[in-house]
Amino acid sequence: MNTNIGSPAFEPKPEGTISPLQYPNIVWRFIRRWPVIPVGILSILVLLAVFAQFVAPHDPNAQNLRSNLAHPAWDNDYYENDRVGSKIPERHWLGADLFGRDVFSRVVYGTRVSLGVAIVSMISGTILGAWAGITTGYYGGLFDELMTRFVDVWNALPFLLIALVVSITVGQGVIIMMVLLIMLTWVGLVRNVRAEVLSLKTRDYVAASKVAGASDLRIMYKHIMPGITNLLLVLASLRVGGLILTEASLSFLGVGIPSRIPSWGGMISDGRGTLDEAWWISFFPGLGIFLTVMSMNFLGDWIRDRTDPRLRQLRD
Amino acid sequence: MKNFLARRLIFSILSLFFASMAVFGLAHAKEDPINLFIQPGYFVSPETLEVLKEKWGLDKPLALQYLTWAGNMLRGDLGDSVQQQRPVTTVIGEKWGATFQLAIVAWIFGTITGIPLGVVSALQRGKLVDYLARGVALFGQTLPAFWIGLVGIWIFAVYLGWLPVFGRGAGLPFFEQAKHYVLPTLVLGWGPMAGYMRITRSAMLEVLDSEYVKLARAKGVASRSVIWKHAFRNALIQPLTIATLLLAGFMDGAVLVEVIFAWPGVGRVAVEAVNQNDFMLITGTVFIFTFLYLIMSLVADLLYTVADPRIRLS
Repeated sequence: MNTNIGSPAFEPKPEGTISPLQYPNIVWRFIRRWPVIPVGILSILVLLAVFAQFVAPHDPNAQNLRSNLAHPAWDNDYYENDRVGSKIPERHWLGADLFGRDVFSRVVYGTRVSLGVAIVSMISGTILGAWAGITTGYYGGLFDELMTRFVDVWNALPFLLIALVVSITVGQGVIIMMVLLIMLTWVGLVRNVRAEVLSLKTRDYVAASKVAGASDLRIMYKHIMPGITNLLLVLASLRVGGLILTEASLSFLGVGIPSRIPSWGGMISDGRGTLDEAWWISFFPGLGIFLTVMSMNFLGDWIRDRTDPRLRQLRD
Repeated sequence: MKNFLARRLIFSILSLFFASMAVFGLAHAKEDPINLFIQPGYFVSPETLEVLKEKWGLDKPLALQYLTWAGNMLRGDLGDSVQQQRPVTTVIGEKWGATFQLAIVAWIFGTITGIPLGVVSALQRGKLVDYLARGVALFGQTLPAFWIGLVGIWIFAVYLGWLPVFGRGAGLPFFEQAKHYVLPTLVLGWGPMAGYMRITRSAMLEVLDSEYVKLARAKGVASRSVIWKHAFRNALIQPLTIATLLLAGFMDGAVLVEVIFAWPGVGRVAVEAVNQNDFMLITGTVFIFTFLYLIMSLVADLLYTVADPRIRLS
C-alpha cells in the first residue's frame, strides 16, 4: 500500500467495495458482455406464445362489430365520449381491427404461429442440412456432385415467386409453409457444413478411428459431428430471423399462413385498407417482427463471437 | 477464362432446365392440368379444350407433355393469361418498364448511400458516426420491408400529407412524378443499402489493416491519398461484385413493394395472378425472373474476375 500520497483523493479503497458511482458502469459492462436484452425479449415472446390462451384477454378470432376499429386503450378521448348511442363495453389495449377483433390478442396468438413455424422449420432444416452436408462431404462422388449442383440451382431461383407457384398449385397451409421454410434452411446450410466436413475428415483422429475399424456412420456422427455443432448453432441462430421475415412476407402477400389463423404478416396485411384511420392494426404486429428478428440477430452474433470468432464472415 | 465462361453458361442453362422441371412438376401436383389453362366454373367449348390439349400435349405421356411445354416456352410462347385472355408475354411486356425503373432508381440509391456510409463508418470506427451508420444498417436488415412501407405511407402520406399514397404518377410533371418514387425507393433500397454498408465497412477495415496501407502511411503518403487511392480502390471489389446480385435480389423485393404502393409492375401482376388462379401468368413471371437472375449472376461472376485479376478461376 502506498502511503506516501497525502491527498485523501488517493486514499486506496478497501478491497471488495464498489462505489455507487460505478453501478451504471457495471450494469453497462454486464449488458455488453451477456445478451441480456435479446434473451429477455425472446423469453417474453416465447412465454407469450406458450401461454397465449391465458395472456390474451379475447378470443383472437372473436368478432365484435361494436368495437370495430376501436382505438388503443390509452386514447381516453375515444373511450369516454359516447358515440352515436353506443359505447365500447371495454377497452382494447392495442385497439381492435375492422371486425372488432382485439389486436393485442391477435398479436399474442400471432407470436405462437410465427415463432412456432420459424423454430420448427429451423430445427428440421438444420437436421436435414447437417445430414446432407456430412454425407456429401464425407462420401463425395456422384451424390456430392448432384447435391452441390442442386444447391446451386436452388440458389438461382427466385424463392418468393416459387412460393407463389406453390400456393397456386399445391395450396396454402401451415405445413406447406413449413416445408418451404425447411427447404430454404437446409439448402442454405449444406455448403457451409460440407466445407467444414471436407477439412475435418482429413484430420488424424479420423484416420486413426478408421484404422481402428470404426464404421463410416460412427466416424460421421461420433467424430465429425461434434466438430460442426458450433457451426450449426451459429448458422441456425443467425438465420432464424430471416425465416421469420420470409414467413411474414409470404403471409403478407396472402400466400403463407391461411388468413383464418392469426399471423403477424397476415395482420399487417389486414390493416392495409384502414391505414388512414387505424394505424395500430398494422403497426403492432410489425413491431413484434422487428423485436424478434433483431433479438435473434443479436443473439446469433453473440453466440458466434462466443463460440467461434472465425465464423465472422458467415453473416449474410 | 474461356473454360470458366463455358462452364458458367452450361450451369445457367442447367438451372433454367431445373427451374422449368420444378414448375412443371408443381403444375402436375394437382389432379388435372387442364384446369390450369381454363377458368374453373366457366363454360369452355369442347373445341377450345381440344385446341388447348393439342397445343400443350395434354393427352400424351408426361415426358412428352413436358417437352411440348418446354418447347413452347423456348419459342417464347408462355401461354395465355386465363384471366385476361391475352398472351402472357404481352401482359408482362406492358408492366416490365415500371418494375425496371423502380429497381434501377432503388439500386442507385442503395449504392450511392451504402458505399460511402461503409467507408465513413470504417474510418470512424467506434465513434458516434459508426454507431449511427450501423444502426441504420441494422434497421434495414431487421425491419420487414412491407412494414417500413406501410409505416412510411402512414407518416408521410396520410399523417403529414407530403407524399402521394400509391401509384407511379405516370403523365404528371417531373417533380410530381419524382414524389411518387420517394417512398418505394427508400423501402426497396434500404435493405441493399444495409448490405453495401456492411460489406464496404468490413472490406475497408481489412484493407486499412493491410501491409501495403501501412507501408504507404510509413512512406509519408498523405492520409487522403492513402484512404482513397490505396485502400478504397481495393475495398471496392467486394461491394462491386454484390452489386449485380443485389439488382437481381430486387426482384423479390419488387413483389412486396409493388403490392404495397400499388406500383403497376410485374411483381404486382404476379401476386394478382395468384389471387386469380392465373397459372400461366405466374409461371411466365417466374421464368422471366429466373432468366434475368441467372444472367445477372453470370455478369457478377465476370465482373469479379475483371475487377480483381488475382482471382484465377479454375
